Amino acid sequence: MGKRSTVIEREEVVIRFSGDSGDGMQLTGTLFSDTAALFGNDLSTFPDYPAEIRAPQGTVGGVSGFQVHLGHSKINTPGDFSDVLVAMNPAAIKANAKWIKPGGTIIYDEGNFSEKNIEKAGYDKDPIIEEKLDGYNVIAAPISSMVKEALKDFGLDPKSVLRTKNMFALGMVYWLFDRKLKYTEDYFEKKFKNKPGMAEANKVALRAGYYYAETIEALTPTYKILPAEIAKGLYRNINGNTATAWGFMAAAEKAGLELFIGSYPITPATGILEELAARKDLGVKSFQAEDEIAGICTSLGASFAGDLAITSTSGPGLALKSEAIGLAVMAELPIVIVNVQRGGPSTGLPTKTEQADLMQALYGRNGECPVVVLASSTPSDCFHFAFEAARIAVEHMTPVMLLSDSYLANGTEPWRVPEMKDLPKINPPYADRNEKPFLPYKRDHEKLARSWAVPGIAGLEHRIGGLEKTVKGTVSYVPENHELMVNLRAEKVAKVANEIPNLEVYGPKTGDLLVVGWGGSYGYLITAVRELQDEGHKVSLVNFNYINPLPRNVKKVFSQFKKIVVCELNMGQFANYLRIKHQEFNYEQLNKVQGVPFTIKDIKEKCIKILEDK
Amino acid sequence: MAETQVYKYTPKDFKSDQEVRWCPGCGDHAVLSSVQKALVELGIPKEKFAFISGIGCSSRFPYYMDTFGFHSIHGRATAVASGVKTANPELSVWQITGDGDALAIGGNHFIHAIRRNIDINIILFNNEIYGLTKGQYSPTSTKGLVTKTSPFGTVEEPFSVGELVIGAKGKFFARTIDTNVALSTQIYIEAAKHHGTSVIEVLQNCVIFNDGIHDTIADKEVRDDRTIILKHGQPMVFGKNNDKGLILEGCRKLKAVKLGEDGFTEKNILVHDTFEPNPGIQYMLANMKYPEYPVALGVIRSVDGPTYDIAVKEQIEGVKKTAKIKCMDDLLKSGSTWSVG
Repeated sequence: MGKRSTVIEREEVVIRFSGDSGDGMQLTGTLFSDTAALFGNDLSTFPDYPAEIRAPQGTVGGVSGFQVHLGHSKINTPGDFSDVLVAMNPAAIKANAKWIKPGGTIIYDEGNFSEKNIEKAGYDKDPIIEEKLDGYNVIAAPISSMVKEALKDFGLDPKSVLRTKNMFALGMVYWLFDRKLKYTEDYFEKKFKNKPGMAEANKVALRAGYYYAETIEALTPTYKILPAEIAKGLYRNINGNTATAWGFMAAAEKAGLELFIGSYPITPATGILEELAARKDLGVKSFQAEDEIAGICTSLGASFAGDLAITSTSGPGLALKSEAIGLAVMAELPIVIVNVQRGGPSTGLPTKTEQADLMQALYGRNGECPVVVLASSTPSDCFHFAFEAARIAVEHMTPVMLLSDSYLANGTEPWRVPEMKDLPKINPPYADRNEKPFLPYKRDHEKLARSWAVPGIAGLEHRIGGLEKTVKGTVSYVPENHELMVNLRAEKVAKVANEIPNLEVYGPKTGDLLVVGWGGSYGYLITAVRELQDEGHKVSLVNFNYINPLPRNVKKVFSQFKKIVVCELNMGQFANYLRIKHQEFNYEQLNKVQGVPFTIKDIKEKCIKILEDK
Repeated sequence: MAETQVYKYTPKDFKSDQEVRWCPGCGDHAVLSSVQKALVELGIPKEKFAFISGIGCSSRFPYYMDTFGFHSIHGRATAVASGVKTANPELSVWQITGDGDALAIGGNHFIHAIRRNIDINIILFNNEIYGLTKGQYSPTSTKGLVTKTSPFGTVEEPFSVGELVIGAKGKFFARTIDTNVALSTQIYIEAAKHHGTSVIEVLQNCVIFNDGIHDTIADKEVRDDRTIILKHGQPMVFGKNNDKGLILEGCRKLKAVKLGEDGFTEKNILVHDTFEPNPGIQYMLANMKYPEYPVALGVIRSVDGPTYDIAVKEQIEGVKKTAKIKCMDDLLKSGSTWSVG
């Protein structure tokens, strides 16, 4: 390998691959992050793509990006600003110019910067000059013409040849970060097992890019990021949707139940249904229903019949499922509803992230209708919280809402895989077949959960349904009975608090400012708070995963800080919820509703401003 | 052995301790009684029955059955029942629904369950009116019907249940009249034995809001002449004196004729084939309306085909046979992983 004149050792670096939605940027980014993970870096990734499958070519609306943040120490976010931007066309410059670190590296495909494309992206003549990027480390690589030359003897049609452009670019980036090509080469050999020509073409393009980068002097400095110091164990990269699906399968195994998913495809939740549909080997029954309502209703039927039943959706779908969630509350059947939040209201921003369904999750039903609400906070802890949601649903005989979001669903990070023996057993509260007569709404004293009487067991025949019932299961309109049952259902959910962990404080337990987050904004908040702590500020973080009921120590934790700021990607829903639940505190807010996560900068600036206010 | 066990039930064994609260004279009472009679004949243990309903007068049905029962929400019983059956194909799953519940708010689930041919038995109580909400028109109300929400008469065409079922690729369709307990019981038994979605339309009388809506054909005095009870392999003969029959006119159209008139004899009369996969004739039979035709009762169509619930089960079993991943630990360690330390 060629010598490297300047090598910069860095703690962390952010790379963004960006191009047309047909340019293969998602694959390029995924291959790069897998290679980095295998090398031992910690990392976090985020794909950012348009809702349209193929938006008009060359336009800013059609730009698809994939950001990778890798480092030598713990990485919690995909990063705000990129050190390296790979731009396959002028529109990619347009979409990302303000997200490049000053002085960063820009690699672009010169062959795609035709007058027409420049105009399509909304530039006059030269995107680099117009964006004032000329002081940056700009590398105009003739990617299109180089792949044409490299693959001229392959007998491929011009379209197939140009499809390898992304691999040429990836080869350049591998050289820049001194990474091995083997993982990527193996990937193509596997993928094109029956088309050795295609495998070879991609490998040749990849190597051509690598050697091109080595040859040109311009591509310096190169970066060196040492492997991260991470706990021993077996690791894999995982995104939030897959981790969620796996958490449910693990719960089913630990509960001795079969897993049923009734669902309807909806962005960004579809990955959960797809993953579970593929897992017939583990016995998963997947039911792609005719609509969102049938998704949850088939699941409720399966729950009645004794399966661990879940349904997955996103905000608009959750709206459609509201009535059936009410039925689940009334019938007191275990079911998990996963809501992978996206920008709303209505169709909103289907591929973008937001945390604006909290009130819908907590209250969006008719009647007094409490459900347990949990929220995952990183792509990999989606596994843990899916498992937890299933455990609580089954053991407490209640619907549980699990909130994820587009950012968690599509983001990936390395995950130390657990051993199944280390996960807790889940104990379904089966009805006793010798109990005569069987009373469907009789409860255990500790949890107030009713028992689960599965069809097929003689002696347990009973009727449940959406009408108010007495403990015997008889329909009742008696005023006092209704109030009693409303209270019992609420108390049952409240009692879940006895079994959930206390709120954890990241940082000192007393201080000037407590940053409060929930769910998916954890990564950005912890990064910002750690930086503030390093700069000497008395700031700590709590991030809620258990939303309803809240952990028992909230008051104790909050009372140790002079100020509290609640940060969330909505207009203040969790802050308002805390104002109801813990009125004794004053809450400041940091809110953002742009369909994108916070930046570290957003959070730090807000915190410093609050700290400075007397 | 389980298969040889005989269950000696009487209809009473299927009665729950709940007081039946339908209006006196409501057709639902007779349906309940027919179903309880039919279940006795099936040789299925009581704990294997699950009755699922939506919302409407008829949907109170599960409360009166001493079986597993789930009274769900408006229109969604089909989806709930589909979930029950897919989760446990060994259960005998019955859906109780009405013309509003199944065809208006639940129309989507209804056609998709039929398309999937999931093995559930759907008893659709058709009284052509909304009873529980006190008298509004339904998707099966005759055009022009005056109701509380159509004070000047409806201006929309009604669904014909059989037409919709066959259009949705239905493989079992039968029709009966609430008061004909013997015929109804026989049909429920056949529906239960059929593998796949069975739809039974019950012409049911709402004594309060649409009283006598089916009298034109169902009244004792006229029913023999205005209905035909179809039986597989039997000529399509009807009438008090068995002197009328159905013929195929010009290969395209059914015609009701009088035997002995215009030269028609028994030889010209069509023979009912319940099991014919091509639904052409069955479709015409299902759509016959009085006064041009007698209304068809009995099992009009019953065709075997793969069922969804068993297909799901077999697909899982098939994949499991050759799968490398046998448990979660296998999955967690599969694919691209790396070790640290």
